[in-house]
Amino acid sequence: MSLEPNFQPPARNPKGSFQDLILTLHDFWVAQGCVVLQPYDMRMGAGTFHTATTLRALGPEPWNAAFVQPCRRPTDGRYGENPNRLQHYYQYQVILKPSPADIQDLYLGSLKAIGIDPLRHDIRFVEDDWESPTLGAWGLGWEVWCDGMEVTQFTYFQQMGGFDCKPVAGELTYGLERLAMYVQGVDSVYDLDFNGRGVSYGEVFLENERQMSKWNFEVADTDALFDLFTKAEAECRNTLENGVPIAAYEQAVEASHIFNLLQARGVISVQERASYMGRVRDLARGSCETYAEQMAPQWAEKYPEWSLV
Amino acid sequence: MADFLLELLTEEIPARMQKGARGELEKLFRREMDAAGVAAGDLTIWSTPRRLALIARGLPLETEAVRDEAKGPPVGAPDQAVDGFCRKNGVTRDQLEEREVKGRATYFAVIEKPGQAVSDLLGAAIPAIIRDFAWPKSMRWGDASISSESPKWVRPLSGIVALLDGEVVACETAGWAAGRATFGHRFHSEGEIEIASADEYAPKLRDVCVIVDHEERAGIIREGARKAAKAAGLSVVEDEGLVVENAGLTEWPVPLLGRFDESFLEVPPEVIQLTARVNQRYFVCEERAPDGTTRLANAFVCTANIAAQDPAVVVDGNRKVLAARLADARFFWELDQKKTLAQHAEGLERITFHEKLGTVADKVDRVAKLAAWLVFDAKEPNGDRELTRQAGELCKADLVTEMVGEFPELQGLMGGYYAEKEGLPPEVSGAIRDHYKPMGQGDEVPTEPTSVAVSLADKLDNLLSFFKIDVLPTGSKDPFALRRAALGVLRLIQVNQLKIELDEVTLAWASKTIVGLPEKLADFLLDRLMVQLRDQGVRHDYISASRDWQGKVDMRIDRVEARARALTAFLNSENGTNLLAGYKRAANILKKENHVTPAEENPSGKDLSYAPDPDEKALIDALDVAAPKAASAVEAEDFEAAMAALATLRTPIDAFFDNVIVNDPDADKRDARLALLARFRDAVHHVADFSRIEG
Repeated sequence: MSLEPNFQPPARNPKGSFQDLILTLHDFWVAQGCVVLQPYDMRMGAGTFHTATTLRALGPEPWNAAFVQPCRRPTDGRYGENPNRLQHYYQYQVILKPSPADIQDLYLGSLKAIGIDPLRHDIRFVEDDWESPTLGAWGLGWEVWCDGMEVTQFTYFQQMGGFDCKPVAGELTYGLERLAMYVQGVDSVYDLDFNGRGVSYGEVFLENERQMSKWNFEVADTDALFDLFTKAEAECRNTLENGVPIAAYEQAVEASHIFNLLQARGVISVQERASYMGRVRDLARGSCETYAEQMAPQWAEKYPEWSLV
Repeated sequence: MADFLLELLTEEIPARMQKGARGELEKLFRREMDAAGVAAGDLTIWSTPRRLALIARGLPLETEAVRDEAKGPPVGAPDQAVDGFCRKNGVTRDQLEEREVKGRATYFAVIEKPGQAVSDLLGAAIPAIIRDFAWPKSMRWGDASISSESPKWVRPLSGIVALLDGEVVACETAGWAAGRATFGHRFHSEGEIEIASADEYAPKLRDVCVIVDHEERAGIIREGARKAAKAAGLSVVEDEGLVVENAGLTEWPVPLLGRFDESFLEVPPEVIQLTARVNQRYFVCEERAPDGTTRLANAFVCTANIAAQDPAVVVDGNRKVLAARLADARFFWELDQKKTLAQHAEGLERITFHEKLGTVADKVDRVAKLAAWLVFDAKEPNGDRELTRQAGELCKADLVTEMVGEFPELQGLMGGYYAEKEGLPPEVSGAIRDHYKPMGQGDEVPTEPTSVAVSLADKLDNLLSFFKIDVLPTGSKDPFALRRAALGVLRLIQVNQLKIELDEVTLAWASKTIVGLPEKLADFLLDRLMVQLRDQGVRHDYISASRDWQGKVDMRIDRVEARARALTAFLNSENGTNLLAGYKRAANILKKENHVTPAEENPSGKDLSYAPDPDEKALIDALDVAAPKAASAVEAEDFEAAMAALATLRTPIDAFFDNVIVNDPDADKRDARLALLARFRDAVHHVADFSRIEG
């Protein structure tokens, strides 16, 4: 391998490769002053679970971050046979707090950056409010349509962990595979060009989808999963009692994913479902609440006009 | 006179909220102008996804000066009183005038309110309108939201235009100062545009691709969709809700027709239409089939918000999205048919109906049993027991199908389709399809006996099950939609003229007597009947007057209704009103006199100890004829005839009260006349309980 001391980054081609789409979004949001984070190293159902979203939505401090988060949705697995559905996919998540006055324009600018021209494509903001009882959170916003396809979830967080967001954060969640399929003009996610040099999304992920779908639906040891759920729950309480709510929050995220796996295995009856969801909610809310209450004094010190409630 | 323009620029307002927002804007503007003493003028209100606009024409520039006078204490009154009067009226003592009032010198305060600039009043009104605006859901945003007290709006407010007679109204609120600058179409226009006056607003915005008049946009969509379909040799399936929604999603609507793969048409048309409408806000189209019937075509009309450089690109994108949705639907359609409905129904054991009421499978068992009873064993059977039982057993099977999982509103309909595909008899598939009907007041009511039985059984089972565990709706809370179920029962009874005995129904449902349950059911249904018939001019007290049968709450809803309707017609007639007055008079006298006469001792008129007065005799004779006539008519449930019999008593009772003294010194006469009145009262009472009639 030869060294390239004068390495020049190649021009991005967001229409030509999945990874360039991601890199272009990084470029765009870096230019807006965002912290670019790497994915949270835990299994979770959505980028919203990343602490950079949930916990950072609490408190008065400004926070601007962008990151890719792999999402695990065990029940959405289709053994690699459905061109649109995956049990593992990527979200691109941007969190801007406080929500800037020009946030819609910024967002539209990011679409242009990846090659979506709003005079060629019909971009629309269609009402879609967001609520996560699990996180004690809700917000108002839209799903953004591009020629009728939902490409982004756009939310102004109003509450998190049961507390008013003060200030309100704007959250943008791009469905990366969908957007890429759109700009690349392919009908199957597996046909996406991943790197612009001949590697397809299917080559990267198809076998993973097959095996993980099988594991999610058929193989995962349910006794072990029930055990993991109970242990995560216990550890969450242990950590809360010991004043480390971030660690507690991780256990809530873990319990949430284990619950999703149990759902995919079809071993949670309808009656039990609500009760499990309630248990996860208690963990997540408890973690957020403890975190906010624990942080509140130092936040209030920095921002005298701010108060937790 | 001047024109006022207010535009509240907002990030995209949900389409469904725009109509309400226009009403709210008008209401609050009128409230503010009323409070300021300004005639609100001639109002025009418009909405787009990004703005609410109000134009008030013919506002004054200034309010008129007002001179108010207040009379105070007399001259020489204690200082305390005079000072208090001054304070109250905001004047000083030396400003008071003295005038003669009835020969006494009296203080007067004269308060001159100069005319106010309407622009100032508007400047104060706008913040109040924004502050008090009631959105179904509102939010905080931006830097100010570090405080809980920051402004709230449906989505971030992004500017205010306020012009009176072309001049900017000075006002600052929610982080914005009012001005004359606004924005045009999000993509077809760049930068700010300035509005000179109210008159210029709509045309200037049209220049930047915004049609501010929501009705004009709706017209463009309605007509455009028709035209696009016609150009393709099709007709659009009209859907006014969709027209309004698309008008609320666009500032520059452009309807575009696209095609989808014909092979999707094997999926039921309702599924296609729902997929297109609910998920994508598309219209669907119909075409004439070779056999002359109309069928769904493989076409849709979407409404773009841009004049696209190449409309085909937009259409193609939309086509792909719809195709993916339809592919999902077709996948469900095929997958669901790999099992029979009976096999699907096994899955109902896993769905809890209610924690105290078991699973949906348990419910289905009850429904099937009751439906079979209703159609075959009830007093007026009219259908096939086994088919009905089968329909009952399968009616909820589609709840566990993939399609209904995706589109819950297709419950029933999909079960009907799957039953048809499976080759089940049409009575069975029809009953499965229709058993949720009627869903609301205007919805179609089943009339085919199997469908009627299953539909009734489903709703009665809901009512009886929840009443049995003492779950009843409270106030606005009716989580199990029991009021709607009751209304459905009423409509089924009414349309099919059913004579169902609720106590027998309850017995058939429970297989044993449950004390109090039939009465709970009857009471609840009668309460709903009151609400339902109120709109048709049947007063609630007329239903109260008709609700008892042979001393207990009537177990036949149809009979209560027939009686209440006959009573309504009667009491709306002159005879009825007068008879009611006579009844009340008789009842009052009897009550006052504490009169108790066993019914059998009522004088027949033959064994009186005295010769009755002519008008007394006339009443006796009339009662002799009318009372048995009314009683037998009631027996035969011919309530019109019963009322007609009562009507013959009107003249005699009026004459009796006019000319006969009840409280005669002769105790025999007095007793006999009281007994006669009691007989009259009882005869009337036998037809309906007039004591429950108000007013």
